[in-house]
Amino acid sequence: MKELNELILPDELAYSKEHEWAQKNGDVIRVGISDFAQDQLGDIVFVELPEEGASFDQDDEFGTLESVKAVSEIYMPVGGTITAVNSQLEEKPELVNQDPYGQGWLVEVAPSDPGQLDALMDKNEYFEMLKGES
Amino acid sequence: MNIHPVPGTSGLSMNEPLLWERSQQGRSGFSLPRRDVPESDLPAELQAPPPDLPDLSELDVVRHYTRLSQWNFGVDTGSYPLGSCTMKYNPKTNEVQAARPGFAQAHPLLPADMTQGILQLMHDLQNHLAEITGLPHVTLQPAAGAHGEYTGMRIFYAYHHQKGRQRRKVLIPDTAHGTNPASAAMCGYQTVPVKSSEQGILTARAVAELMDEDTAGIMVTNPNTLGLFEENIREIARTVHEKGGLVYCDGANFNALMGIVDMAQIGVDVLHLNLHKTFAAPHGGGGPGSGPVCVTPELEPFLPLPRIVKTDSGYTLSEDFPQSIGRLHTFFGNVGVMIKAASYILSLGPDLKRVSQLAVLNANYIKEQLKDSFHLPYDRPCMHECVFSDIWQEKYKVSTLDIAKRLIDFGFHPPTIYFPLVVPGAMMVEPTETESKEDLDRFVQGMRTIANEAEENPQILHDAPSKTKVGRMDETLAARHPCLTG
Amino acid sequence: MRYLPHTDSEIQDMLTVVGADSLNDLFSPIAEDCRRTTPLNLPEPMTEWELDRHMASLAENMGPTQKSMSFLGAGSYDHYIPASLKHLVSRSEFYTAYTPYQPEVSQGTLQAIFEYQSLASRLLGLEISNASMYDGASALAEALLMALRIGKKKSIVALSTAIHPHYRQVVATYLEPMGFSIVELPWGQDGRSDLTDLPREDLAAVAVQSPNFFGCIEDLAACAQAAHSCQALFITAFTEPLAYGLVPSPGSQGADIACGEGQSLGIAQSFGGPGLGMFCSLKKYMRNLPGRLVGQTQDHQGNRGYVLTLATREQHIRREKATSNICSNQGLCATTAAMYLASVGGTGLRELARLNRDKAEYTRQEFLAQGCSLPFSAPGFNEFVIQLPRDAEEVFARCTGQGIVPGLPLGRFYSGLEDHMLICVTETKSKQDLDSLVKEVCS
Repeated sequence: MKELNELILPDELAYSKEHEWAQKNGDVIRVGISDFAQDQLGDIVFVELPEEGASFDQDDEFGTLESVKAVSEIYMPVGGTITAVNSQLEEKPELVNQDPYGQGWLVEVAPSDPGQLDALMDKNEYFEMLKGES
Repeated sequence: MNIHPVPGTSGLSMNEPLLWERSQQGRSGFSLPRRDVPESDLPAELQAPPPDLPDLSELDVVRHYTRLSQWNFGVDTGSYPLGSCTMKYNPKTNEVQAARPGFAQAHPLLPADMTQGILQLMHDLQNHLAEITGLPHVTLQPAAGAHGEYTGMRIFYAYHHQKGRQRRKVLIPDTAHGTNPASAAMCGYQTVPVKSSEQGILTARAVAELMDEDTAGIMVTNPNTLGLFEENIREIARTVHEKGGLVYCDGANFNALMGIVDMAQIGVDVLHLNLHKTFAAPHGGGGPGSGPVCVTPELEPFLPLPRIVKTDSGYTLSEDFPQSIGRLHTFFGNVGVMIKAASYILSLGPDLKRVSQLAVLNANYIKEQLKDSFHLPYDRPCMHECVFSDIWQEKYKVSTLDIAKRLIDFGFHPPTIYFPLVVPGAMMVEPTETESKEDLDRFVQGMRTIANEAEENPQILHDAPSKTKVGRMDETLAARHPCLTG
Repeated sequence: MRYLPHTDSEIQDMLTVVGADSLNDLFSPIAEDCRRTTPLNLPEPMTEWELDRHMASLAENMGPTQKSMSFLGAGSYDHYIPASLKHLVSRSEFYTAYTPYQPEVSQGTLQAIFEYQSLASRLLGLEISNASMYDGASALAEALLMALRIGKKKSIVALSTAIHPHYRQVVATYLEPMGFSIVELPWGQDGRSDLTDLPREDLAAVAVQSPNFFGCIEDLAACAQAAHSCQALFITAFTEPLAYGLVPSPGSQGADIACGEGQSLGIAQSFGGPGLGMFCSLKKYMRNLPGRLVGQTQDHQGNRGYVLTLATREQHIRREKATSNICSNQGLCATTAAMYLASVGGTGLRELARLNRDKAEYTRQEFLAQGCSLPFSAPGFNEFVIQLPRDAEEVFARCTGQGIVPGLPLGRFYSGLEDHMLICVTETKSKQDLDSLVKEVCS
């Protein structure tokens, strides 16, 4: 397990309390899980994601990440409709561990309320939250 | 005292490939019966290529499985303190009884006058289990503990249905085995978790806060998975009964209570037992088990069918029970396993009480001897098992997994690990009563040595086991790229 | 007592360490009002020799010891079990081990089960197999629940009434609290299931048994097509897997799931249990499969080995969202089945299956020659139905009294078939036995 100061937390991303990150990517918002989350989960063996076109509210469960001995739910940092799903993860779930902010992205969302992105935590607030939890 | 700290030793262990890697087409390990009738015509649509199965000689097969067996650790190999599994010695005479041709070759649909022997055995077993548990009506049909739990939940459903009010929820403690919520969900119930107190047991208050008229009842495990007796059980049962609910008890841990506690008296309505745990039938490497269910008179009409009925002229199987939940098994359950349990009960009789006393003594002895080496989250008298945690070893970056793997090098099967979830890094130790004092002392010595190694030489723990045929398996690979057939 | 090693002085020493005064003292957390007030009212313990005598006398009071001959099938089959099998499965390293949670010390069990999964999958023609279910009936129930999970919003399953009546009863028990509906499919004149009236909507699965309860081999390819045309999964159940040593496998005919009873594969009948629930499916449904799975992998030095895998489907991880509540399955029986298939071999299995069919065919022809009627014309394996000129129960009682249990009167399960009897002929019957059967039934 990484120490807090070993975690990678890019400055330009927004973070949710459930350890997802969100980033504006043109008209859509790209979503993934943070370095903290992938480190806690351990080796991810399977990623279950919704289909394109599915709609969720903010904080809804939209999928699961499986490690060998556990299953973790993932929650929408913003509400909206799924416009893209990272299909690479079917064959290579390890991308979520290796590159959680890059090739390990999970879904892209057409947001129902653009304001929700701004209301998420920034990197410093997220880091403080992690400090408080440990 | 001369206790060898490392009974695991090295020896020549044979490699053995997969069956089809040994195959030579045309070989056979079977004596084909003589053909004394002509070949019949087979219609064209029924002709298929022969199945792609390996061909081996009898010696090929015998060597194959003999070598495989030598890679296994069983109760006959050494101590197997797997919590909640009750890995007690499996008496060999029980195997002899189940193999008697009169039983082994009996077809389940033979007429009753040709099966009086087995029907009597099963009927007697029912009576004995009723006496041992205090719940008078018994079904032997469920094929395993989880099947028994399902039967219990199915009885809950039928009971409430008959009362004209279907309920949607079942209360399940946070210390419950995973089979409990899964069994409830298979009957359409929503599971509601109940938190245990800081003392590690349920409180009547926590139950009362959740119990309502939409709750079918509660599933408790007693003793629970922390090895503690649920001391508030009578009040909990009252709370549940007052709102019209039922109390199910998971009896997997019944090895602690024989001759000591009467389940009916403490308010349990439905109890399942594991014949392959408490009653010494072997575990088989993952079954077959047997999970009889014992109920109160009020729930008797719902028991599965068929049922064994004793009349003046002998025993018969009857389906004349209109409120029964129906069938759960093709025939009557795992009869071969029942014969072994029946043999065990006949061999011990009232001494079953001593079995429970010694099981509890053994667990408490280990608890006292190890609590200075490993963190004991509940430092109180335990029942037949005790639970330790790895938090003292965390500072050396040694985990429960490392400790378990190193125990293997010392010639022990590890205890149950990472369960129950309420204890971080849990190690659930259940020695059972068939382990002698020297066996326990050896285990204690092994664990103490490992505690020292954690401090002085943690790498040896990370590399463990080192004396086995294979090392730690890459479970990530197995899950990411499943290869389930060869 | 030979299973309890503690001497009195050891008990004393241990009580001192624990800080208890007596064995009774250990139970102080248990309040008086929870305790039994009476000692266990059980018979005095038997010595090993008394137990032998007691069990011997019970076992003698049983048909097989009374030297009668049985032609019963209907879900439990009399097949020869080689001595080598009985010897191997009695190795206590196999039977005194638990579920292989610690793979390093369980490679025997794990490789044996991996081999079983592989052989089962080859026999049934489907890509993957689990490590076993309890029996054929519960396997079918779980297969239907799996199809309903896959079908998400669907709530109907269709079952042929030519499936073993006990299997259908178990399915009804499992499906009732979940609010799913079961549509029953009739059988046609030839004894095969009639799938012409399948519900076209909301159908998650269609199940038939082959060979079916009447011994008839179903037209699986046609059934698969009918099911798939309604967007339903096709499930083939079976009670006699030996048939697949001869006839086309369910997988080759379009089944999505094949499930049933494996007792014929080297497991003693034992009055109906333990048996072996076999369960195979297409690989694409892998994550929906109930039960344990053994997978191949390697250790960190590259040595091949086996582990339980995909455990996130199971109860101990997913709890109420698990694919099933099953924990202990029929592990030793699955190992036995693999040993049996290994011993008989692919070549041997074909010959053994042939022999079963040929003996059954011979018997059918003899019944025909004696003027008996065979109501179902579809080809069969080792079971068939005859129609008698009188109530089958009468014939059953008379023959049984003469030491031959001739078969199963079908009036017990199907009204209207009171004069029908289901007869099973396996390799264990000689031509002489078969001639005696025909003579006795037709006399």
